[in-house]
Amino acid sequence: MTKMIGKSVKRVEDKRFITGKGQYTDDIILPNMTYAQFVRSPYAHAKVLGVDTSEALAHPGVVAVYTGADFAEINGVPCGWQVDFKNGDTMKEPKHPLIVVDKARHAGDAVAIVIAESREAARDAADLVDVDYEELEAVVDPKKAAEEGAPLVHDDVPNNICFDWELGNPKEEVDAAIAAASHVTTLEFANQRVAPNAIEPRSYIGDYDSTNDKYTLYTSTQNPHLIRLLMCAFVLGIPEHKVRIVSKDVGGGFGSKIFHYTEEALVTYISKQLGRPVKWTAERSEAFLTDAHGRDHVSKAEMGFDAEGKITGLRIKTYASMGGYLSTFAPAVPTYLHGTLLQGVYTTPKIHIDVVATFTHTSAVDAYRGAGRPEATYLLERLMDTAALEMEMDPAELRFKNFIPAFNGIDEPGYATNVALQYDSGNYAPVLERALEMTGYKDFRKEQAEARANGKLLGIGFSTYIEACGIAPSAVVGALGARAGLFEVSQVRVHPTGKVSVFTGAHSHGQGHETTFAQVVADKFGIPMEDVDIVHGDSDTVAFGMGTYGSRSLAVGGSALVKSIEKIIDKGTKIAAHKLEAAEEDLEFAEGKWTVKGTDKSIGFADISLTAYVPHDYPAGLEPGLDFSSFYDPANFTYPFGAHIAIVEVDKDTGKVSLKRFIAVDDVGNVINPMIVDGQIHGGVVQGIGQALLEHAFYDEDGQLVTGSYMDYAMPRADDVPMIETDRTTTPCPHNPLGVKGAGEAGAIGSTPAVVNAVMDALAPYGIKNLSMPLTSESVWRAMKG
Amino acid sequence: MKKQINLTVNGKAYSHEVEARLLLVHYLRDELRLTGTHVGCDTSSCGSCTILMDGLAVKCCTLLAVQADGANITTIEGLADNDSLHPLQEGFREEHGLQCGFCTPGMIMTAADLLSTNSDPSEQEIRHALEGNFCRCTGYHNIVKSIQYAANKINNKEVAS
Repeated sequence: MTKMIGKSVKRVEDKRFITGKGQYTDDIILPNMTYAQFVRSPYAHAKVLGVDTSEALAHPGVVAVYTGADFAEINGVPCGWQVDFKNGDTMKEPKHPLIVVDKARHAGDAVAIVIAESREAARDAADLVDVDYEELEAVVDPKKAAEEGAPLVHDDVPNNICFDWELGNPKEEVDAAIAAASHVTTLEFANQRVAPNAIEPRSYIGDYDSTNDKYTLYTSTQNPHLIRLLMCAFVLGIPEHKVRIVSKDVGGGFGSKIFHYTEEALVTYISKQLGRPVKWTAERSEAFLTDAHGRDHVSKAEMGFDAEGKITGLRIKTYASMGGYLSTFAPAVPTYLHGTLLQGVYTTPKIHIDVVATFTHTSAVDAYRGAGRPEATYLLERLMDTAALEMEMDPAELRFKNFIPAFNGIDEPGYATNVALQYDSGNYAPVLERALEMTGYKDFRKEQAEARANGKLLGIGFSTYIEACGIAPSAVVGALGARAGLFEVSQVRVHPTGKVSVFTGAHSHGQGHETTFAQVVADKFGIPMEDVDIVHGDSDTVAFGMGTYGSRSLAVGGSALVKSIEKIIDKGTKIAAHKLEAAEEDLEFAEGKWTVKGTDKSIGFADISLTAYVPHDYPAGLEPGLDFSSFYDPANFTYPFGAHIAIVEVDKDTGKVSLKRFIAVDDVGNVINPMIVDGQIHGGVVQGIGQALLEHAFYDEDGQLVTGSYMDYAMPRADDVPMIETDRTTTPCPHNPLGVKGAGEAGAIGSTPAVVNAVMDALAPYGIKNLSMPLTSESVWRAMKG
Repeated sequence: MKKQINLTVNGKAYSHEVEARLLLVHYLRDELRLTGTHVGCDTSSCGSCTILMDGLAVKCCTLLAVQADGANITTIEGLADNDSLHPLQEGFREEHGLQCGFCTPGMIMTAADLLSTNSDPSEQEIRHALEGNFCRCTGYHNIVKSIQYAANKINNKEVAS
């Protein structure tokens, strides 16, 4: 058996997707199924004075109409993290009701739900629900929300402040470092709100079976078991063992499908009320209004340098929007996934960050690909290129000067940052060296000078990022306010014939686990990949799991998988020793068989599995069967890193930015399937490019989402981007068995500042140093016109 | 109000009475249970619902079923016979042109239209042809390569025959 780890094996899941046989939630039609349509607030902030459902109820085909009053006794959707105020006060956590009762708090807040025999009847009837609103003033900016006199999102949350938080060295030490610096670069900007936009809209079917008192929720989630736990224990109060969650094929997530949404609990609950399945699938405009968005920070960032260009201090103040209600992970994003990353890949001796999290009259903000780490990287990397420009230094040289020296995490305990983390292993200079080499950087500056002489605006931008993945050590995140553990679970079942079923708590919504996980199993057992099936996304077959986000599948779920594999091999060794009449220590397992060292006596994997299930000639006292489960709780986060370089040309007449080249050199530790890792990088990079140049979930001052459809919200299309030039270095993770770090978010974390830096470099002749994303033709053109 | 429609889908003749306002995509998905054609938006912008109607790529989320009366339709399920793969389907698998798979049928049908009129497109021609289709997973890199793979395969075949 050849080695399977490290090979670009074609994906086993592809066949069903390329032939139209995938099964996404909206593809399911159950017998006797009803359809749900929401009535949603057209106002960002309004009192709901009355809801008249009589006309809707009389509409042909309508089965039921529910309003907030019908769910008044039911708990709201909970938040999974608690980040308390600096002074120790408890985080403000207002109820997030399934349907609003008194007030709508963002455009799209649900006011009623109509259930009908058909999609069309439900939609017609929803138009007949008569809601009496009193529109109120709204606030949409996370900083303005905290100002005196701003309209309140929740009456019991003064100044709309959910919590405030700080991290790093004592503030006065950082103030002193910056005051003493020979140069200080200061930037103030927003990291604008963006919409994750998985192409599959969220879709749920609740199906209650009264005979067995059992609920099934089909859901487009990244996180089946956590949805079950949250919905059962915190919202509906129904027994967890009576609920099955099915999320087989999910059409992209990017974070937005991690969270427990109100609609999941509603279709489940109403299904029991009606004794019929209830389906709801978001329309795209509804998705824009109700999916959790990402980013939405307003920050002031100051970085101090000494005369040689060494960073001496970093001071950040960030206002972070939570939206109208707290989504599942929301408080963790601007704090533990953002403040903790401000060391970056630099030796910065003094760092302080201050965060104020505010409610605004907008959709919830939560983890979106990268979740906090892109925001941190944006701060750092924009500061670095701007500082280089201001100090007339080369931006690459400035980085080399400040990189943390290489460490492998084996010969030393890792690198302790000033912001609470301990990096596992890192070697930061080679990724930038390789990226510069791929770029042909030496020649580029010459080319740029010539272009400028010819009136062309050519620019280059850099980004050397680090991220924290493999979320997360339970004890660590528990101490930080997580209300759940973040381990992962695997079950490896070797069937009597030596075929293998793996049940994983990780969830694939595009990541290719059916291939990557099978490669690991095939490699470790020395059996063909075709003999391995990976099962996910069904809480009745998979014992437990924490789902997929935070680039955790392989680092945490893969480690849980290896633990079960090792248990199988250990037990197999006992059986083999008995069969071969040898001592266990005299056996070695390789290439799918146990061999007595130094002899040709051996026994194969399938013989051992058959013996385990037909234990007639069997070690005394050993249980039959070959089936193990494992929980793996990581010792630390993992810390992938990389260097991204963008080259752009700006059209002088129109302000249009053309991305000429994008070079990404990433180090994600060991790689199981290079083809899949490259694919993750490509996709992430283009999402990051989208934020830099095109995307903005823009609310006007009245709280209307102006970019609430694909007609208005610009996402990268095929001809907006070039081919992505990728390469890798490999610095294995020292604390997990596969040495892997995670690759899902790297692209989106590194790319955004590289692109913006490139545009700023192109615009340097105009003296423009700072523009707000997205860098549309209009904003660049206006800036050039002064 | 119901109307009678007769059409051919993936080589099979169908006759149904449908509501005048029924969208073609819902007819295909709910009536014929051909769920490989997806709905990703409500503004004809994402291309997940792209099918071939009389040989041309169309977005069937903004067509009425009655507009398909008399048409010859191919969906992703009918692109290749039985267990075989169309060169585009093969290309998407070989070049890792899909991740979550949701946009994939629409991408493949759009590309099928492109290759039917331009069997040897340049990278820019491919990117331009895909303008009406969103993918949020792949960054388009491997989709372009998948279509190039299919084009090469089709052209070699033509040369061979």
